[in-house]
Amino acid sequence: MNETQTFQLDGEDIPFAPGQSIMQAATAHGAYIPHLCWHPDFAAHGSCKLCTVKVNGRFGSSCTMAAQAGMSVENRTAELDDKRRTLLQMLFVEGNHFCPSCEKSGNCALQATAYELKMMSPHFDMFYPDRPVDASHPDVLLDFNRCIMCSLCVTASAEVDGKNIFYMGGRGLLGRRVHVSSESGRLGDTNFALSDRAASICPVGVILPKRRGFAVPIGERKYDKAPISAQVKERV
Amino acid sequence: MSDTDTIDAVLDRHRRDGTRLMQILRETQEQLGWLAPATLTRIAEAVAWPRAKVEGTADFYSFFHTRPLGRYRVLWSDNITDRMLGNIDLMDAMCKKLWLEPGRVSEDGLVSVDTTSCTGMCDQGPALLVNYRAITRLTPARVGEMVGLIRSETPVADWPAEWFAVEDNIRRKDILLGHGLVPGEALAAALERGPEKMLAEIKAAGLRGRGGAGFGTGLKWKACRNAPGQGDNPAHYVVCNADEGEPGTFKDRVLLSSYADLVFEGISIAGLVVGARKGLLYLRGEYRYLLEGLESALAARRQAGLLGANILGTAFDFDIEIHLGAGAYICGEESALIESLEGKPGRPRIRPPFPVTQGYLGQPTTVNNVETLAASCLIASHGSAWYLAHGTGKSAGSKILSISGDCERPGIYEYPYGVTVRQVLADCGATQCQAVQVSGPSGICLAEEEFGRRIAFEDIPTAGALMVFDESRDMFEVARNFAHFFAHESCGFCTPCRVGTTLVRNLMDKIARQHGSPYDINELFKLHRLMQGASHCGLGNSACNPVFDTLNKFRPAYERRLMSLDYEPAFDLDAALSQARQMTGRDDVGAHLSTHLPNGAEA
Repeated sequence: MNETQTFQLDGEDIPFAPGQSIMQAATAHGAYIPHLCWHPDFAAHGSCKLCTVKVNGRFGSSCTMAAQAGMSVENRTAELDDKRRTLLQMLFVEGNHFCPSCEKSGNCALQATAYELKMMSPHFDMFYPDRPVDASHPDVLLDFNRCIMCSLCVTASAEVDGKNIFYMGGRGLLGRRVHVSSESGRLGDTNFALSDRAASICPVGVILPKRRGFAVPIGERKYDKAPISAQVKERV
Repeated sequence: MSDTDTIDAVLDRHRRDGTRLMQILRETQEQLGWLAPATLTRIAEAVAWPRAKVEGTADFYSFFHTRPLGRYRVLWSDNITDRMLGNIDLMDAMCKKLWLEPGRVSEDGLVSVDTTSCTGMCDQGPALLVNYRAITRLTPARVGEMVGLIRSETPVADWPAEWFAVEDNIRRKDILLGHGLVPGEALAAALERGPEKMLAEIKAAGLRGRGGAGFGTGLKWKACRNAPGQGDNPAHYVVCNADEGEPGTFKDRVLLSSYADLVFEGISIAGLVVGARKGLLYLRGEYRYLLEGLESALAARRQAGLLGANILGTAFDFDIEIHLGAGAYICGEESALIESLEGKPGRPRIRPPFPVTQGYLGQPTTVNNVETLAASCLIASHGSAWYLAHGTGKSAGSKILSISGDCERPGIYEYPYGVTVRQVLADCGATQCQAVQVSGPSGICLAEEEFGRRIAFEDIPTAGALMVFDESRDMFEVARNFAHFFAHESCGFCTPCRVGTTLVRNLMDKIARQHGSPYDINELFKLHRLMQGASHCGLGNSACNPVFDTLNKFRPAYERRLMSLDYEPAFDLDAALSQARQMTGRDDVGAHLSTHLPNGAEA
């Protein structure tokens, strides 16, 4: 057996297996690197850039960068968290996020990460984009106002459900969106089911089950109990 | 022929192969006018792709439309050089005559008029595309005639041929443009050497990429050659990057117009070296008009035994295929280009793996610039020692520059590496020059004190665009034009670029409306720092360069627009009160903000 290899994350030794990304190794060790589009069950997407770290003085996405022995990785520094706050503010202003009225409040990774990083305001002017709501499916509501373009629904539907219901299309700030695979563009015209993995993968409140509102009261939800960073440690 | 038959004929021509989706969509749209929902459904079924995936490609590219945009689609090139030649006034005049708003389709579905990113005609602008065919040197008279032809629904094919003339404007030739080779000469020399010795010659000649990054061509070819092919159908590929989208650059257009044989020969030499049997030329959609000429040049080469099986009587089999892009600057990035070649949106891949090990269809692929491949012919024929005698120590050979803007003789200039910017400016007849934008918006902006710098990898590495601005030009407006360009061209994949480019554009517009303050300047710097480090690819990383450069070198152009030295909101507070004033019938001093008092009154 090879001796376990390690790298340093904010001064802490993190063991890793060959082929693991910085994010995978850190998460397995219970260390939190802020992220939104990364999910432990799937290959890295690398789009949200919240997991940007500094490796030997250079910026990089920890979800796509392979861990290497002896590398020195900065994670929760003031500089990086400041950049992450700006990225979060960008995500908030490009969509329409009204936390107080959102069913996902308290279970939302975007909201929890914003609390974690002490984001106090959206800072930038809101874009208020015109994004449609799709209520055509009998069991599921799609509210694209909250989409952060993480692609997790695309990946889950393709790789787990084998259905390819979703695909990221369009270009730029106003163009980029999730396409639903039907000629009408409506979810009701696909074979999507509430039991699909894609139905429960959304880190924000785009894909919601119908007729199930506030079953768990605000204040007792996932991220109400402990901050998102502490939950990585608990999982280990 | 019914629409369905039309679609099926296109699909059959492309063997119902989803990786050929870009060509399927373009050819379908050329015949049907737009890509209707039912069209996309039929195509998706035929290529056996999820419908949303086909739609994702269709709505990524500017030149594909999933809604009807008129039987005449007019797109004005909107580079800063077009602006300087008055394109906006001409477009407004056209819209007025057509009773049309830019970006909207006329009520009768006849015509739409809009802007598009630089079409590569900067030395002969203002330019536009009509139904994706290039027209140059627009004048008020031409615009008037054009409106008449659109109104009378004259087919574009019957429009005056001289409108579609595109000049080469070659002003200075050096070793490449004055090459003197006959078709097959360089390839024969390469075949005689064999792939290994040819590779050694390219390395010895120090050939570096002409697309801007300057990566060693020999190193790239070697890595590709050594990488094993993958899976059941292992192969190696050569891709010629002719997606010349950097505003201000048009040298590849000239190479493809008048030196196509040299380019195809370079692709073939690369194929020989890396062990490929197939080369792909990715031609930007704006150069659609070149397609037929390039296809016949390929046919002539096949006829002459320079492409196909047993080239020049050897065991070397190789052929070249042309793929057309559809209006997406990001496809100039090599991994985005490969995605596009595979029929997908042009979204840069996560790297590593690099294309040399896993590129087109997952196979080892070398992606090279048009000029780099053409230059390889010189090395094949004349050898590395001859080549090294041109240029400088770290920059062997010559560089073709695309020169536009405020100068007497815009066009194509080829120099040995090492020429100073000042020399180039003198040669093209640029006087009272204030600034030069080198390498387009993603490059650098040089002020007068830097004109002694040299075009060479050891000083200014560049793909060769030089846009010249004389003292009458407003460098803030130059940077604002570039900010709009990047916001339009961001692929939208990563957060910092997707949102950041639009935030930068909005801040620049705010300053232009004279609502800016030092706060906004600081915001621009902050966004620059974020986007430069955190973006997924070069587009986001360099998108703030023009703003950053002009802020540092031409600060007064910004400051004279700033309204105050404190914070200013994005809207006019006093104007917002006007309705309240109207409703209450007041217009006295107390009903105005102190900064907006009428006629110098005091509060």
